[in-house]
Amino acid sequence: MARYAREVAVVAFAQSDHLRRTDELSEVEMVMPVLHKVLAATGLKAGEIGFTCSGSSDYLAGRAFSFTMTLDGVGAWPPISESHVEMDGAWALYEAWVKIQTGEADTALVYSYGKSSPGSVRDVLTRQLDPYYVAPLWPDSVALAALQAQALIDAGETDEAGLAEIGARSRASAGANPHAQLSGAVAQGDYQVAPLRTGDCPPIGDGAAAVILAAGDVARRLCERPAWITGIDHRIEAHSLGLRDLTDSPSTRIAAEHAGVFESPVDTAELHAPFSSQEVVLRKALGLGGDVAVNPSGGALAANPMMAAGLIRIGEAAARIHRGESDRAVAHATSGPCLQQNLVAVLEGDRA
Amino acid sequence: MTAASPPEILRAPLVVEFPFTRSLGPVQSAFLTGLREGVVLGVTTADGKVMVPPVEYDPVTAEEIRDLVEVGTTGTVTTWAWNGSPRPNQPLATPFAWVLVRLDGADTALLHALDAPGPEAVATGMRVRVRWAAERKGAITDIACFEPAGDGEPRDAQATPHSGEFADAVTGIVAEARLDYSYSPGRAQTAYIAGLSEQKTIGERCPSCHKVYVPPRGACPTCGVATTDRVEVGPAGTVTTYCIVNIKAKNLDIEVPYVYAHIALDGAGLALHGRIGGIPYDQVRMGLRVEPVWTEGGRYPDHYRPTGEPDADYDVYKELI
Repeated sequence: MARYAREVAVVAFAQSDHLRRTDELSEVEMVMPVLHKVLAATGLKAGEIGFTCSGSSDYLAGRAFSFTMTLDGVGAWPPISESHVEMDGAWALYEAWVKIQTGEADTALVYSYGKSSPGSVRDVLTRQLDPYYVAPLWPDSVALAALQAQALIDAGETDEAGLAEIGARSRASAGANPHAQLSGAVAQGDYQVAPLRTGDCPPIGDGAAAVILAAGDVARRLCERPAWITGIDHRIEAHSLGLRDLTDSPSTRIAAEHAGVFESPVDTAELHAPFSSQEVVLRKALGLGGDVAVNPSGGALAANPMMAAGLIRIGEAAARIHRGESDRAVAHATSGPCLQQNLVAVLEGDRA
Repeated sequence: MTAASPPEILRAPLVVEFPFTRSLGPVQSAFLTGLREGVVLGVTTADGKVMVPPVEYDPVTAEEIRDLVEVGTTGTVTTWAWNGSPRPNQPLATPFAWVLVRLDGADTALLHALDAPGPEAVATGMRVRVRWAAERKGAITDIACFEPAGDGEPRDAQATPHSGEFADAVTGIVAEARLDYSYSPGRAQTAYIAGLSEQKTIGERCPSCHKVYVPPRGACPTCGVATTDRVEVGPAGTVTTYCIVNIKAKNLDIEVPYVYAHIALDGAGLALHGRIGGIPYDQVRMGLRVEPVWTEGGRYPDHYRPTGEPDADYDVYKELI
């Protein structure tokens, strides 16, 4: 644990069922049950949490400052220490982890959510692209992932059958995940943007997730087997797709090095790979062998609530450690087109 | 009133439009002005790499880059994806390929569309050339798309230095965007809006602290729990505080000065806000009793007017200010 000043662990994780639409729920109505679940798992009350951090996107909601609405579900009176990132909740978790490292908090509530159903997420995501050279062309998220997939096929890293296997394996694994949006056999379907077919793409849906972090002995008190974050790092690459090698993810590799992934073997990898082709890139960057359980939850191909899917990867990895199914897991979250930005965390359970 | 099944889920179109006006630095200005003039420019990094489209800072060293070069208008596809169902706003309305193209003389690739008859006509490594838009204004869309070029066409292999100077340079772009949503307000706000259609104001009570929120958002921000118990409040209420508005808002047909007030409707645990009418602006006061005035077909109270009751005692509403 010498890497950091303090020991910090994920002590609880909760998520919603991920659904194609949740018209009957406002965002706070969708988030609140998840907050209650994760608090109940530790017995902590909202007022006992040292720091709260959330992740979401106004572009998904179609409203400015939309995250302030979900604060109602937290219980922000009397005043709490709170922050927000306009990103996946994995980055909110990173901020909360830093807050605990500084000694300013011993516990943190991290949550994130996204409702993609009110808009057209493929179009909405074009607004995160370079506004001068790229966004005016409206290349949607599937198109950009398809460019990466073709580059992988051209490089001989995979083929369409290999990609289909990744989707099939993910949805088969999701059969054991009651929260997943897609599970079991899913037709590979027609090309969305070739070479990617429906089965290579994530479902579009609404959902939320929450995690509680705690330091040292607080973590030991709150959780029978805390999932210690023994390493965490995140890196970003140049935004221009044309100057990146789309078949590789150097940012993931560097983040993994700094997080200590390669110092000893992992048994589990929860990878935020919304497209089957991205799993190929991430496996290579993280050096994952066939003996590692990759996305036993089903991953983002089974449920991809925007802004929550990355935090869910950390939560799922932690939950496996809580349950004793993993001793050392790597969790990964991504943001931006073609794996532009990547966060890598190593989670470990105390050995018996 | 207690928890009843909510009315049918409401849904309404929500359009978000933002025509951001963005200024261009010297490099982006030269590139986009160049496109208008039918010239493709890139930049040369310190280690001699030619980047097209150009960036202002070296992504590796973060050094400022200002050395402009002209590259060819033909190039090579480095990767591609066949888009069988073009979406609104994309460069072509008919099926096309997304391509990354390394223009002759460049070391990096530009994202754009390739007009081709079908996916069988596209391959990594194929030669393509720029098809210019009929009308050009200094934007990436001045390249209408790429089109296949025969292997026999010459390769302008060399990037040549360029001053980047043009008459009447483009210095900004308007980055227009429109996103269409179908907004659903959720359970609590649906009930509130449905109540308004019957000229009723519906709040929700927190089961823990018993405060009645109006308008309700479905959660008690103090307790962090769902507010499921519906309560009709008002119609009358008390002015808890107010301000006098002296600035006429654009598109608002209300004479100034007028009064905007916080109004605690009877039974509500917090004040909402509304305009006060039917009384001279300088006679509005804290404690004034008011009631909503609905206009024909109005979906919310147009304003609140005095009820004529005696003013409320300060002690009655002081917690709600």
